[in-house]
Amino acid sequence: MKFTFLIVVINLMFLGNVTSMDILSEEEDIENTSEDLKVFDFEELQTYLSHKDNNKTYVVNFWATWCAPCVKELPYFEQLNANYISKDVEVILVSLDFPKQIDTKLKPFLKKKTLKSEVIVLDDVDSNTWIPKVDENWTGAIPATIIYNKNKKEFYERSFNYQELETELKRFIN
Amino acid sequence: MKHTLKTLFALLVIVTLSSFTNFGAGHGYHVGDIATDFELENIDGTKVSMKNFKDAKGFIIVFTCNTCPYAVAYEDRVEALNKKYADKGYPVIAIMPNNTDVKPGDNMAAMQARAKAKGFTFPYLMDEGQKIYPQYGATKTPHIYVLQNTKKGAQVKYIGAIDDNYKDASAVTKTYVEDAVNALLDGKEVPVATTRAIGCSIKV
Repeated sequence: MKFTFLIVVINLMFLGNVTSMDILSEEEDIENTSEDLKVFDFEELQTYLSHKDNNKTYVVNFWATWCAPCVKELPYFEQLNANYISKDVEVILVSLDFPKQIDTKLKPFLKKKTLKSEVIVLDDVDSNTWIPKVDENWTGAIPATIIYNKNKKEFYERSFNYQELETELKRFIN
Repeated sequence: MKHTLKTLFALLVIVTLSSFTNFGAGHGYHVGDIATDFELENIDGTKVSMKNFKDAKGFIIVFTCNTCPYAVAYEDRVEALNKKYADKGYPVIAIMPNNTDVKPGDNMAAMQARAKAKGFTFPYLMDEGQKIYPQYGATKTPHIYVLQNTKKGAQVKYIGAIDDNYKDASAVTKTYVEDAVNALLDGKEVPVATTRAIGCSIKV
């Protein structure tokens, strides 16, 4: 208890100066690792869910390393990204891995898989608020995917194979 | 002829309505619906139904499993709910909805081992044949349904998450299930009747 109090006090002392010295709590630990991996709350993520001002089509997939069907379909999203990058399509992979497992699980996974699509970690516990903002029909199960451009948006609470994914994408770019 | 037209019209109404009420991937219960009873095998080999609980005022039905990290994160809180509310008339009944061929870590032996290791005091049932979770409309683990016994049957009063912080039980600010059960015990309306949370899709 005293120890917790001490950590809180020390953190308060360093609040606003979170660059180098904050190795004391989990939160700042995430800050430090974010150099090569973006860890966002929903407000920060939201800009990635509503680019309305350009001609790109975005494919945003919600996944996690612990979600087997998500991991299974990741190669299809990678393939889609590679095949359609020249056609103004961008794939964004939003990881819902637990913050505690970013270093132990997510980063080793990303290193091993060498994913080319952009990976963002969403760390926001208030899911009851943000899930309906992603899509009103999302019950919260993953995998889940949205495809959108400035004209329209579709939400999918399901798994994909490559053909299915490409078929959906073509409804946006043709 | 008249009868056929009536049937057609009824079908049309159903199809039209269901296209508006489709909630995500599944259909299933909405708040206010009457949940049908089930008879599922418990980890102790007995069959468990809601009708076995003679003194229950309702139930906290938890679709959960061993293998989903979100479900695991909530195990202790599910146990705490049973400890707090079983004696007050709202016992927890946990149901494991996954296909165990896809997730062997959720098979009966694994369920028994997990329940023993964690000291579960509530029934932990196998949704054999995966027939019950689609009726409820559960899409993920954990997924909670609070039911209240009424003259019509077990009425759905709350659907959603246990609380608003999967990461840290001590940082919870909204205890959705507790608030729902407390309201029912006090004869009040459930303050927040549906919530959403991330979970693992039910494996089919």
